[in-house]
Amino acid sequence: MDSMRDRFAPVVTRLLDEDPRVAVVLAEVGADRFDEALRRHPDRVVNVGIREQLLVGAASGMALTGLRPVVHTFASFLVERPFEQVKLDLGHQGVGAVLVSAAASFDWPAGGYTHMAPGDVALLDTLDGWTVHVPGHPDEAETLLRHAVAAGDDKVYVRLSLQSNAAGRPVDGRHFLTVREGRAGVVVAVGPMLDPVLAATEDMDVTVLYATTVRPFDATALRRATATAGTDVVLVEPYLAGTSTGAANDALADVPHRVLGLGVGRGELRRYGQFDEHLAAHGLDARSLRERIARFTAGSVPVGV
Amino acid sequence: MTITEQRTQTYGYTELPGLMELMTGDEKHGPAATSTLDVLWVLYDRVLRVDPGSADDPGRDRFLLSKGHGPMAYYAVLAAKGFLPVDWLPGFGSYDSPLGHHPDRTLVPGVEIGSGSLGHGLPIAVGTALGLRAQGRPGPAVWTLIGDAELDEGSNHEAIAFAGPAGLDRLHTVVVDNSSASYARPGGIAARFEAAGWSARTVDGRDHEALYAAFTAPHPGRPHVVVARVEPKDA
Repeated sequence: MDSMRDRFAPVVTRLLDEDPRVAVVLAEVGADRFDEALRRHPDRVVNVGIREQLLVGAASGMALTGLRPVVHTFASFLVERPFEQVKLDLGHQGVGAVLVSAAASFDWPAGGYTHMAPGDVALLDTLDGWTVHVPGHPDEAETLLRHAVAAGDDKVYVRLSLQSNAAGRPVDGRHFLTVREGRAGVVVAVGPMLDPVLAATEDMDVTVLYATTVRPFDATALRRATATAGTDVVLVEPYLAGTSTGAANDALADVPHRVLGLGVGRGELRRYGQFDEHLAAHGLDARSLRERIARFTAGSVPVGV
Repeated sequence: MTITEQRTQTYGYTELPGLMELMTGDEKHGPAATSTLDVLWVLYDRVLRVDPGSADDPGRDRFLLSKGHGPMAYYAVLAAKGFLPVDWLPGFGSYDSPLGHHPDRTLVPGVEIGSGSLGHGLPIAVGTALGLRAQGRPGPAVWTLIGDAELDEGSNHEAIAFAGPAGLDRLHTVVVDNSSASYARPGGIAARFEAAGWSARTVDGRDHEALYAAFTAPHPGRPHVVVARVEPKDA
C-alpha cells in the first residue's frame, strides 16, 4: 500500500491544475515529489530552501494576495520551529493556509527525537480557529486534503503519518463515524489508532467512534454516543496523551462523566528502533490498549503505563 | 487596475509633527517613531501607488510596516493621506481605539500587515511578491520597512538570502538605520544585501530628494534595498 505522503504530491498537483488559487510552498523536504508540478506551474510551486520561518511567512504573503497556499514539511519544522509565524503570519493577519505535515509523532524512530512531533496538535490548540485533520488511511488523506484546500481561507492542518489502518472509511472532513455500538463506554479512536482500538476492544461492549477531523471536535457525535453507551469516554490519539481531553470534557460539561486520554507520553523516550516498538512503549499497541480501556471501563482508577 | 491619480491629501509634511502630538502614551517608542517619519512621508507622498480609494485594489502597491513598534509616524502619515480620520489619533492605544502601539491590519484601513513582533514583515513581503507574480500582476511594487536592529532577526536573513537568487525585482526593503543594533553589521548593512544579490543604496534618511532618488533607482532582475541612515537612537 502506498503511504499518505505518497498521495500528497499527486493530489496537490492535480489541485494545482484545477484551481489557479492553489500554490505550494516547500522548504526542501519533499520538493523532489513536486518536480512535475514545478514544471507545469513554476510560479505557484515555490521551494524556499531550508528556511522554515520564511516558509510560513511567504505563505502568509501569498494568502494576502488571494492565493491558497499549501505548506509542507515535517511536523517538527512546520508547526514547532516557526510557531510564531503560524500564530502571527496566519492567525493574526486573518489569512489562512493548509499546513500538511509528514512524520507525525514518530514515523522515523531511528531518526530520534529531533524528528518527532507528538505535541503538534496540542500546540495548534493554543490558537483559535484551526481545523485539524488526522487521516488514518491514504484514501482518507486524499479526501481530507481536498477538503482542506477547498475550505475557503480557513486555517487547516493535515497530519500525515506512515501508520495506517488496513482500510479507508468514508470520512467527510467534519464528523466522527460510528464504527461499533455498545453499552459500556465510548472509545474515540483518532486516525491511525482505529485498527489497534478495534483489535483491543473486539470483545468489549463499547461504542467505537472514529475521528479523522479532531478540530473542530465533534461534540454532537460524542454526546449522541454517550446516550446509549454511558459517559465513560476513552480517547485514543496518535499524538500527545490528553490532547482532546478538554474538548471531550466540554462536550459533556452538563453530565457526570469520566474521560481517559490515551496517547503518546510526555516524557522523552530516548530510544531508536521501530515504529511498533514506540507504540508499545507508549501503551498504544492493541494489547496495552485492551488492558487500559478494560481497566477504565470496569470502573477502577486508571494508572499510567 | 484602477489606481486613481487624485489623492485625498488634507495635510502636508510640515503638519506631521502636529498629528504625532495628538498621540500620547507610547513615549518609550518615541525614537523609533520619529526615525521613520521622512521615509514614510516620501514613500506615501511620491512613490507608492496607493491611496484611500485604492486600498483594496489588487493592483495597488503594498507597503508592509514590519517595524511595528513606535507606529506614530505611520499613523500620522496615513491620517495625512486620508486613509484614517485624524480624530482617531488622540485615542491612540486606548481600549476603544483601532490604533494600537502595534498596528493591526484588520482594524486600520490601509494597513497591510499587523506587526510588532520583529522579523515578520520581510518574509511576508517575499510571499506577497511571489503571490502577485503567480497571478500575473507584474505592476504592483511591494515595500517593507524594517529597523537596523530588527535586521538581526534570523527570519529576515532567510528572506534576504532567498529573494536575491529568486530574482524578486518587485520587492523593496527600506532599512531605517538609527544605529540601534547592539552589534553593528560588519561591512555595513547594504553589504549584507548585496552579498545576497540585491541592489542596494545607502542614503541620508532625512534628505527627501536623496530618499526619492534611492527609492526610484532602477534595479532590473533584483530586489532593492534602501538603507536610510538617521541620527542614532540615543543621540
